[in-house]
Amino acid sequence: MDAIILQILNGLDKGSAYALIALGLTLIFGTLGVVNFAHGALFMIGAFCAVTLSRILTWSYTVIDETKTDFLGNPLKVEVPYVHGLFGQATGDAIIDWAVPLSILFSIPIMLFVGYAMERGLIKHFYKRPHADQILVTFGLAIVLQEIIKYFYGANPIPTPAPEVFTGSFDFGAMVGFEANQIIYPYWRLVYFGFAAVIIGAVFAFLQFTTFGMVVRAGMADRETVGLLGINIDKRFTIMFGIAAAVAGVAGVMYAPINSPNYHMGMDFLVLSFVVVVVGGMGSLPGAVLAGFLLGILESFASMSAVIDLLPGINQIIIYLVAIIILLTRPRGLMGRKGVMED
Amino acid sequence: MLGLEKKDIRILLIVAVLTLFAPFILNPFPAGSGWAQFNAGYPDLMQRFVIFGIFAIGFNILFGLTGYLSFGHAAFLGIGSYSAVWMFKLLSMNVLPAIALAVITSGLFALLIGYISLRRSGIYFSILTLAFAQMTYALAYSVLTPITGGETGLQLALDDPRVLDGASTGSNIPVPGIFGLEMRSNSQLEMGDWVFNLSTGYYFSGIIMLLAFYLSIRIFRSPFGMMLRAIKSNQQRLNYTGLNARPYTLAAFMISGMYAGLAGGLMAAMDPLAGAERMFWTASGEVVLMTILGGAGTLIGPVLGAGLIKYMENILSKINSDILHTWFAFLPDGLEDFVVSMVYPFIGKGWHLTLGLMFMAVVIFLPGGLVEAGQRISRIFKRKKTDETSKKSTTTEPAE
Repeated sequence: MDAIILQILNGLDKGSAYALIALGLTLIFGTLGVVNFAHGALFMIGAFCAVTLSRILTWSYTVIDETKTDFLGNPLKVEVPYVHGLFGQATGDAIIDWAVPLSILFSIPIMLFVGYAMERGLIKHFYKRPHADQILVTFGLAIVLQEIIKYFYGANPIPTPAPEVFTGSFDFGAMVGFEANQIIYPYWRLVYFGFAAVIIGAVFAFLQFTTFGMVVRAGMADRETVGLLGINIDKRFTIMFGIAAAVAGVAGVMYAPINSPNYHMGMDFLVLSFVVVVVGGMGSLPGAVLAGFLLGILESFASMSAVIDLLPGINQIIIYLVAIIILLTRPRGLMGRKGVMED
Repeated sequence: MLGLEKKDIRILLIVAVLTLFAPFILNPFPAGSGWAQFNAGYPDLMQRFVIFGIFAIGFNILFGLTGYLSFGHAAFLGIGSYSAVWMFKLLSMNVLPAIALAVITSGLFALLIGYISLRRSGIYFSILTLAFAQMTYALAYSVLTPITGGETGLQLALDDPRVLDGASTGSNIPVPGIFGLEMRSNSQLEMGDWVFNLSTGYYFSGIIMLLAFYLSIRIFRSPFGMMLRAIKSNQQRLNYTGLNARPYTLAAFMISGMYAGLAGGLMAAMDPLAGAERMFWTASGEVVLMTILGGAGTLIGPVLGAGLIKYMENILSKINSDILHTWFAFLPDGLEDFVVSMVYPFIGKGWHLTLGLMFMAVVIFLPGGLVEAGQRISRIFKRKKTDETSKKSTTTEPAE
């Protein structure tokens, strides 16, 4: 029993990342009808926003501290971040410590802008072109974005720690009444799951309860009619693209402490996210979220040693296997709508 | 001749001449000169040109003709490599049985994967092929280690049985060859300052590429090819006329899978080891890039694209900042540093950036790839010529 709970918990954080990326992908696909292969790159850019902010915050100058000496007996040189000068030492340290959560605020305007620029600058011109062209041009864009990041940040992963409060693990089993030390779970992963749930909830609430969201949903169902009613649906869809980019971006920001950002992390996630979207059903937002968590949890179940002993290698292929089975038995995915991408 | 039209004969001849004289054409700069780093005429790279050319030609039969975008073709390349290496291990170091087995196994795998994947079209097909390729990759990397060698890759060993050759007696692992002619043997031809490499392996793969190219022309011009084009332009209409498209797409998928297997087998024949990274999805992405860059649906495009990408990968990526500094040394110091820092991100290690930008530019502005670019340029010249002649005629008219 506790092993099962542990695997479900383990699946949640990866599932959250899949769900967030797949949600953004589906938003773009459902509104604009574009298959965005550069979405993984947006996730990666988000993660590098966290790296950038923590670099800005730890930007420091050198002070010679006469009271201490280093091992050679010279006065010790101390790096003092500029933040200390602005906010005082204690607050400054706290700000540096909380760099990753703060990056969410930092990344949202950036990601909104990147998404907006991407849609207006490039993808706008591809609405009338075949899906294959859209895939190809966004694939090219993903390579370009990836290489730009690689040029500025290098090819190695950059560790970006979570705030000190959330480092380490806690005993989840003892909390819910199992034996101690059976279910140990890192704090940050729980934070990530909670964060993902909030973002997903916010996106759904935004679409469900605001006038803007209502118009967007109407546009997703029948773009032409909404346009005939005198509503500038293109403008709203562009904003939705920006929001989808921001969702991918913040997903990347929060994922930075779990997996040190490197320039190809986007591509690694993208392939799986596409599988998630297809399993959930193209164009279905609840489907994307459901499939994201489902596949995340399935993946962690498949990596249990009992399962691997039974079916060696299953942990490597489970997601693809599920995708193949679902596509062949339920061609529209778990919750796909009729008439989407069926030409 | 050969069952081809005049136009196609011309294309075939051009490709044949280019392939035969590639060691000379690709080595235009004397050895030891400053430009020698742009020489691409060394055996390893030339072999890669033609092998990836075969890969891209095969991919083009599927994507260029039917419009089905497969994101998992590298799986067949890997399967071809593995089967070829196994043939070297078990039967003989002769490359012919190895390549035959590579083509057959990859064809069988393509039949299986295609049969399942082709039930869906569009993005679903792309995802299905991607899923299958990633599955083969993951399995080759982990569980199938006894067959594939896992992380280290599949390599030849001294104590392999090699039934036909007999157990090797010496202390060296034998090298692949064809009836005694070693694939890696290379004769250098020196003409003045120029050094040309004439490699057996290159000419062997070059001839196979010519055969593959000829076959692809025949497929393009055949009724079967016409049917595939019909699938691309309007599959629904085809269905309404009472034709079942799936056998045709499946045949195309299988043929292109066999081309990929052939390429993989040749890769193993040139260098007898096979690794799982050959099947990773980025490798599948690469052949997509090659085909689109050169021109999908055209005959010669994929070969051009493959050549261009491999040239960039091997030549452009070697240029470092020191070399750049020597190039721009004629500029004043400050300007030199500035120019070098502007150019540097696009070459050397950053060559992928150039590739990505080029690829995007091609998809946006030239959906027909390099071939379309060539056609447009030649059209401009032709128009000029006709303008000139028409001008001449108008100017000469009064005099007559």
